[in-house]
Amino acid sequence: MRVVVALKQIPDLVEELELASGGTDVDREFLKFVLNEFDDQALEEALCLKESAGGEVTVVAFDEPDADRTLYTALAKGADRAVKLVGVGEGWLSGHRRAGLLASFLGNAAFDLVLTGVQAADDLDGQLPALLGARAGLPHVSVVVRVELDGPRAKVSQELGGGTVAEEEVQLPAVLGIQTARQAPRYVSISRYREIQQAGGIEEVEIQSSADEPDTYRLRRLFPPDTAGHAEMLTGTPAEVAERIAELIRSKGLVKS
Amino acid sequence: MSNDVLVLAEHQEGRLLETSFELLGKARELADAWGGKVVAVLLGAPDAAAELSAADSVVSCEHPSLAGYNPEAYERALVEILRERDPRLVLFSTTTAGLDLSGAVSVHLRAALVSYVVALSAEGDNALATARIYGGKLLAEVELSGPRSVGAVISGSFPAAFGRAGGTPEVARVDLGHVLGDLRITVTSVVAPEAGDVDITAAELLVSVGRGIGSKDNIELVEELADALGAPLAASRPVVDQGWLPKSRQVGKSGHTVKPKVYLMLGISGAPEHLEGMADAELVIACNTDPAAPVFDVADYGTTLDLFDIADELTRAVKA
Repeated sequence: MRVVVALKQIPDLVEELELASGGTDVDREFLKFVLNEFDDQALEEALCLKESAGGEVTVVAFDEPDADRTLYTALAKGADRAVKLVGVGEGWLSGHRRAGLLASFLGNAAFDLVLTGVQAADDLDGQLPALLGARAGLPHVSVVVRVELDGPRAKVSQELGGGTVAEEEVQLPAVLGIQTARQAPRYVSISRYREIQQAGGIEEVEIQSSADEPDTYRLRRLFPPDTAGHAEMLTGTPAEVAERIAELIRSKGLVKS
Repeated sequence: MSNDVLVLAEHQEGRLLETSFELLGKARELADAWGGKVVAVLLGAPDAAAELSAADSVVSCEHPSLAGYNPEAYERALVEILRERDPRLVLFSTTTAGLDLSGAVSVHLRAALVSYVVALSAEGDNALATARIYGGKLLAEVELSGPRSVGAVISGSFPAAFGRAGGTPEVARVDLGHVLGDLRITVTSVVAPEAGDVDITAAELLVSVGRGIGSKDNIELVEELADALGAPLAASRPVVDQGWLPKSRQVGKSGHTVKPKVYLMLGISGAPEHLEGMADAELVIACNTDPAAPVFDVADYGTTLDLFDIADELTRAVKA
């Protein structure tokens, strides 16, 4: 079983998001970038599949901030190959372009299954699993919470919302958008990471840039949401704030005073 | 190209989802502005057509592969219908089907796509969409000027009432058997959620914990607070994904929808998927150390103090 996992770097949302001049992108120079959390789930599921059914896991990322750290981490976790797609340029890469470039990478790769995160925080023009599936002409399923391999098929569980789950059989090769892996993503020790990093092993692949986003789509600006509906902030010591919260709950008649 | 706005009317076992009406109401407004018609697409569930009264016409298709939701069958049927109808705008919700279909449809039709839309308006001949990005920390304003566009809308963004008004739509039944053969995806079963250990949907007061809780060991600390308040403990997706609390406690798009009188959020940042599951809570109190967390845009009251300090003091306050 040859599994390709597409990984994406996104700004760490714990930090304040500064806008770059022009107002249509975040300031990539100063922001910390991390692996999209759903891609981390996809990687974990791929590694679990490899452990249970054998095979090879290839992780692929674009040359985005801190992508090397993510790729080395994936190798340290047990991925067999790490590919960095270079030559695309800097700045936010739209979902359509990302999908088009990945589809051309897949056109030259041997694989049975592509896993990636169900969504990412900067999916302004759509989510990768469906964009990539449609571009590559492969069956695709999003919001997947379980994957099992069964010969030329994958048995997948797809969440339909409200806890209802559809069990589906998907002919391979296919693209699956992973929401949750069967277990929490594994950790890597710093010593193991360093060992892998020192050995190198990231393959760089030059990828042709192409315009895949219809030119009828124009991002005018990014802006912070209106804070008119902002919460009334409670201030004071923890004891004072807790007392205010207790009063609020009591005001709804829910806790005895 | 037409000036029509087309909506996928989603249903579960024939029951139309609330979001379908939200989209229909918005479609009505846009189609009126552009001088077009509102077209609803109903796959499976032909009996629900009469309820789609805000549409001018309903395209209804029945086929064994459309009896339930099958991502591939839906995609093929929709693409076929869209090629024929050629609407200028197609609207989905960001449901599972919306995530499967909006991107695929935009690729097949070479149409522009905006996802996580929270506002949408006609601006002359164009559409102007506002979408949530970066977990709701920023909004993006996107202009759609072409002959074909697709929008995926976060549920709850538009009032459903506008989508329930209207008259009697013309219903066109179409046979799409020719594109529904040799599917590569088969749905083998649909499993309803198991009854949980506690029913968080019935609670009037909920204590809900998120990623900020940090580790499984810390669950005990908030459990103590929940016990003191006589409230069940609920959680956001990351906490359930980590296995710290069972799935039956999950609030949000892939979990339960709750409507408590008081919703106390500890260490939850307020991702759109979570907010979708608690939008109807009466009073929302949020505790998060990040003052820019989107949760404070929906909460009535908030504090940036440490959640453990608050949990500890609040336990004491209600026990006193």
